[in-house]
Amino acid sequence: MANIRFDDVSKRYPGKIAVDRVSFEVPNGTFFALLGPSGCGKTTILRLIAGLERPDAGEIAIGKKPVAGHGRFVGPEHRGLGMVFQSYALWPHMTVAANVDFGLAGRGLSRAERRNRVREALDLVGLSAEGARRPHQLSGGQRQRVALARSLAVRPGIILLDEPLANLDAHLRQTMLAEFGRIHAQARTTFVFVTHDQNEAMALADQVAVMDHGRLQQLAPPEELFSRPASPMVARFVGQGRLLAADVVASAGRTTRIRLDDTEFQVEGAAPIGPGWLCLRARDVELAGDGAAGERLNGRVVASRFEGGDHRLTVEVGAAGATGLVDVLSPQRGRIGEAVRLALRGGWVLAREAT
Amino acid sequence: MLVAFLAVFVFVLAVWPLGRLFAEALGTGESGRSFGLISEAMASRAFGRAFWNTLETSAASVAVSVLLGLPLALAISLIRIGNRVALTFLVLSPLLIPSQIMALAWIELMGSSSPILGLLGLAPAPGAMNPLYSRGGIVWLMGIEHMPLVFLAVRASLTSLPEDLVEAARIGGAGTFRIVAGVLLPLTAPAMVAGASLAFAASVGNFGVPALLGIPGRYPMLTTLIYQRLNGFGPAVIGQVAVLALVLVAMAGVALGLRGIVLSRSVPIDRSGRPLVPFDAGRFRRPIVVVLWNVVTLLAVVPLLALVGAALSPAVGVRLAPDTLTLDGFRSTLIGSATVRRAFANSILLSAGAAVAAAGIAVGLAYLGTVRRLKLARWTAWFAELPFIVPGTVLALAYILVFLPPLPVIGVSIYGSATILLLAYISRFLALAIGPVQTALASLDPNLDEMGRILGAGTFRRIVKLIVPLAAPAAAAGAILVFMTAFNELTVSALLWSSGVETIGVMVFSLQYEGNSTSAAALSVASIGFVLVLALLVDRLGSRLPAGTLPWRS
Ligand SMILES: Nc1ncnc2c1ncn2[C@@H]1O[C@H](COP(=O)(O)OP(=O)(O)OP(=O)(O)O)[C@@H](O)[C@H]1O
Ligand SMILES: [Mg+2]
Repeated sequence: MANIRFDDVSKRYPGKIAVDRVSFEVPNGTFFALLGPSGCGKTTILRLIAGLERPDAGEIAIGKKPVAGHGRFVGPEHRGLGMVFQSYALWPHMTVAANVDFGLAGRGLSRAERRNRVREALDLVGLSAEGARRPHQLSGGQRQRVALARSLAVRPGIILLDEPLANLDAHLRQTMLAEFGRIHAQARTTFVFVTHDQNEAMALADQVAVMDHGRLQQLAPPEELFSRPASPMVARFVGQGRLLAADVVASAGRTTRIRLDDTEFQVEGAAPIGPGWLCLRARDVELAGDGAAGERLNGRVVASRFEGGDHRLTVEVGAAGATGLVDVLSPQRGRIGEAVRLALRGGWVLAREAT
Repeated sequence: MLVAFLAVFVFVLAVWPLGRLFAEALGTGESGRSFGLISEAMASRAFGRAFWNTLETSAASVAVSVLLGLPLALAISLIRIGNRVALTFLVLSPLLIPSQIMALAWIELMGSSSPILGLLGLAPAPGAMNPLYSRGGIVWLMGIEHMPLVFLAVRASLTSLPEDLVEAARIGGAGTFRIVAGVLLPLTAPAMVAGASLAFAASVGNFGVPALLGIPGRYPMLTTLIYQRLNGFGPAVIGQVAVLALVLVAMAGVALGLRGIVLSRSVPIDRSGRPLVPFDAGRFRRPIVVVLWNVVTLLAVVPLLALVGAALSPAVGVRLAPDTLTLDGFRSTLIGSATVRRAFANSILLSAGAAVAAAGIAVGLAYLGTVRRLKLARWTAWFAELPFIVPGTVLALAYILVFLPPLPVIGVSIYGSATILLLAYISRFLALAIGPVQTALASLDPNLDEMGRILGAGTFRRIVKLIVPLAAPAAAAGAILVFMTAFNELTVSALLWSSGVETIGVMVFSLQYEGNSTSAAALSVASIGFVLVLALLVDRLGSRLPAGTLPWRS
């Protein structure tokens, strides 16, 4: 069942389209990630869901209820959501417990029920002992969890999280990410999680929506996003993919023959005959020994850096005037200018608009 | 909803009365010709005299303000000296002391029974006219009264100049004198002109100084002319005086317009760098400190001492000596007179009411304008500044014009009641409360409010639970500023008071007018003391306020 539905939604700011005709559906109970570079409109989408912004065009529905569009607009007070802001937005003049309790007023709950809910929510995020403290007496990770507890306490169907990990250090980020996964599984609430970090998005999400310049580029499970990017932008953004200009010579079913630097290769993907992109990740190529048989790509090392236990070489391939860069992992440091031969183990083909 | 309510409120209290007054001034008058009133008023001799007097004294007093304010600002912000806060507080004390009390203090200081000139043997002979009852006296006093405006403008621009400008000049081989004269002064010139324009606008609208010095000295100015006409002929002449009001607004408007032009034309300076570090004055430090304290004492402390002396003297005109000191003046004025007690109560109630109302409206407007970013609220906040910008006399006239007839629906006129004073105070001083609250809320994370919305809290609950606690220190500071200013207010009260609703400002003025200067001095000392205690209270609050709320702490 669809929990959030966007139908052709646009949002303009003076001189800027922040969200451009976006449509998608978020099924009930999913962990949904919105991924994209800075300024691509992720926060705006979240604020549209929350009702903090009004769309200029299109329709938004939450549950089965239309909340925006056709001159209708339901304000954030009446959408019954939870949200965790990047700044956490904890009220500094209230204790942790009072922060969590705030949303419980006016819901016909008794005092005891409210106290219970606050305790449960703080338990769920592991902060039961900190109820009497003020936000400024907490660490960044604890503040983050209070912000989450505040939303969990009202038991919303949907919780929106805007880059909740951005202000934490790398180690805490991993811990909190795991926490989010646990809490999501336990609370069975739909999570809409905004991030510009693909690892965060890929780690937990059932579905990832990749945005660029206000447009939805691709909506897919993480594995598919990685192995079958729908556009050059997604290919570059996810998994540090490199794109090489190539010619598609034949395409049938899921495999395609392309020509690159006067050599023909067989790779996955479908594209019409004509200009195409070959998308290569470091794991799609390997350094080939001199003697071995098979199709090879000739190139020259232009950069080398040590990363995650391997040397990552950046290799320039292709004929003069139509060169491109490819990354390849190597056990040895590369010498700049050294000639190398690469073998393809994978790859993905995309259509390219002729320029 | 709330925004519509506040907008209507501000419209009724501010925009409508002023608009009506100007419409009245542009009316036809007796001749029936269009703009008849204006041409009739312009042709009168009294108007011509008052107009030129106002122009002349205001211009000259601006010169005094600049000559005092500029060197003080340069010395206090550029040279490393101790006790800067105390020094600044004294320099700014004319802001806390209303002009009629300032005038009274100087009258006592320069008069024939002056306790201080007497000690020095310099007092004028008994019976001789006080030298301050003259054009020169008015110029000097308005100059001192508005000096803080120049001081504040120059200081603000100096302290925000980046240190690298000075370092660059140093590296270029310039000495301290050349840095100040060649680099810093030219860069603060626009601020100085802006401050001077403010001082001019304030002088044009000043009532206390010309009322206490100009009326006995037979030197009419526009504000006192309006007052005397209304006092003499009653509200029937309101059409005529509306023209005078329009001229006042035009004069102040030209000055403020000039300020706007200067500020927008001045070269932009990148003020993001490390702020200016005060210079070490070396062997000149001692002499500079001595001169500074002497000047500041003479301007701010000595006149008040003379005022205290007058309040302690046994009878008007008696030289003060240790054996004649008496508290009788205080006793008979503050305890003995029922009218004075009533005035105290009235002023406390009216200014407290205005302070609370203004702070409440300010929180509402600032929340809707800066946190919720509603256009209407921002417009309303802008219009709410108008009654503070126009001279107080003009606002009072507008109130008489609009609120003299019985109000629609209830059929009662609020003219002659405390209500009209309360409303006038609220609208006149609302701007003082909006300022700090707006600064405080502008730096508030809007997500704090949005989170409340998401959790289902309505506007009212969010304001009470989330915004008010966070804006409280700034709102309190705004309220206290309003209270301090309204408590001693004379300009508006002088035209709107009625018997039974006397205020302290009016009492001081009429006691002095009746020749009872001992009582006037005693009452002034008491009310200034009260305000100073309040100022110290806000100062305690200082650390919890947004920077820049308290002018004497920077
Ligand atoms: N209130 C606003 N007024 C004008 N432009 C805005 C406003 N809010 C956002 N924008 C613009 O809309 C675009 C999308 O903004 P948005 O905040 O949604 O980006 P984002 O993807 O969340 O970026 P980031 O990762 O940096 O948070 C940006 O180019 C931004 O400059
Ligand atoms: Mg964002």
